[in-house]
Amino acid sequence: MRQGLIALLIGLLLPLAAWSGVLPQIPEARKGESCVRPTDEMRKNHMKYILHQRDETVHEGYRNPQFSLVECINCHATKDEKGEWVSVKTEKHFCNSCHTYAAVKIDCFQCHADKPEEAYEQARHPVMLRQGLSEDTIRNTLMEARQ
Amino acid sequence: MSCKSCDCNQPAQPERRSFLGGSVSVIASMTILPGLVLHEVKAKPDDQRISDKNRWGILIDTRKCTTECDACVTACHNKHGIETHGRPDKDPQWIRKLKVEDPLTRKVSSFPIMCQHCEHPPCADVCPTGASFRREDGIVLVDRHLCIGCRYCMMACPYKARSFLHEETENPLPHTPRGKGTVESCNMCVYTVDKGGIPACVEACKLEGHQAMIFGDLNDPESEISQALLREGGQQIREDLGLNTGVRYQGIN
Repeated sequence: MRQGLIALLIGLLLPLAAWSGVLPQIPEARKGESCVRPTDEMRKNHMKYILHQRDETVHEGYRNPQFSLVECINCHATKDEKGEWVSVKTEKHFCNSCHTYAAVKIDCFQCHADKPEEAYEQARHPVMLRQGLSEDTIRNTLMEARQ
Repeated sequence: MSCKSCDCNQPAQPERRSFLGGSVSVIASMTILPGLVLHEVKAKPDDQRISDKNRWGILIDTRKCTTECDACVTACHNKHGIETHGRPDKDPQWIRKLKVEDPLTRKVSSFPIMCQHCEHPPCADVCPTGASFRREDGIVLVDRHLCIGCRYCMMACPYKARSFLHEETENPLPHTPRGKGTVESCNMCVYTVDKGGIPACVEACKLEGHQAMIFGDLNDPESEISQALLREGGQQIREDLGLNTGVRYQGIN
């Protein structure tokens, strides 16, 4: 009887355990207590908000940070164990973690930055970065250029 | 009136007129050297839309521009993350330096040329998708969400100001989204201008000490650029086309 119960429990729990491995591992946002809208609403409608503001921003110069993609990334982009910003090409990235699970391919990041503004503050000059210069060198070069 | 295109309950058109009347404008200014004020433009609040009250323009004094200096080009390409892929004929180019010589007098002029931000842009005329457009404040842009990369605009532009992006952008900057398969050109640093700043080329020219470029509002008779145009005049390149460009030149005759 007891063995039967244990077997039944294992039988019930195993699919659950397997299921939890399938569910997306969504990284926590780095900043703030809550999103610009409740989480369940954002899950359902974030694309509409971004799309709506996209056209207003490009054509009418409406720069409200509320539904700006840059602001999404500023809060939701995370660093990996090595302290590097996570690329949207990996499933560890906030956007991609869920989009891989939902099998919805997005092309936002073919043009848009997948890292927050702060990632570019010190090294705003990818041309110099590409040339293998250190961030210190770039900062000094910029300082010299400004003097 | 609420927005019909999605259920976000945002007002589609806020009361723009009352907002304009009641808003307190902020003067953004930055001083880099004692006595040299780099910039003084009223910053637009983030949730306010642009209007035809402004017409942004750049005045380039070719007499102050030197042949050796390309600070404007470097600043532009750094600011927008434009890099070479080792194929100069296909690399994107938002701004370039020209050196022209009058065949009769042998007078040499040097000046940068970029999108001239026409009032009647030929690029927008030929664009089949409406991706090329002119903002109400005079800045001509490509909406890369709509661009299909047909490159008609590149052929229509008399200034060769546009480039096609042949390569994937590995690391686009947050405020300059750029993508393979679309056309791009000078955007007059639209994000910075919306925030009350000045374009990178103009800033670089001032920092270099040449002061050959002035950015400002052509609609405001009191602005530095309007005053300079009133005082000394200015020309459009290919004025005969009647495009009424936002970028004007001095000393190229």
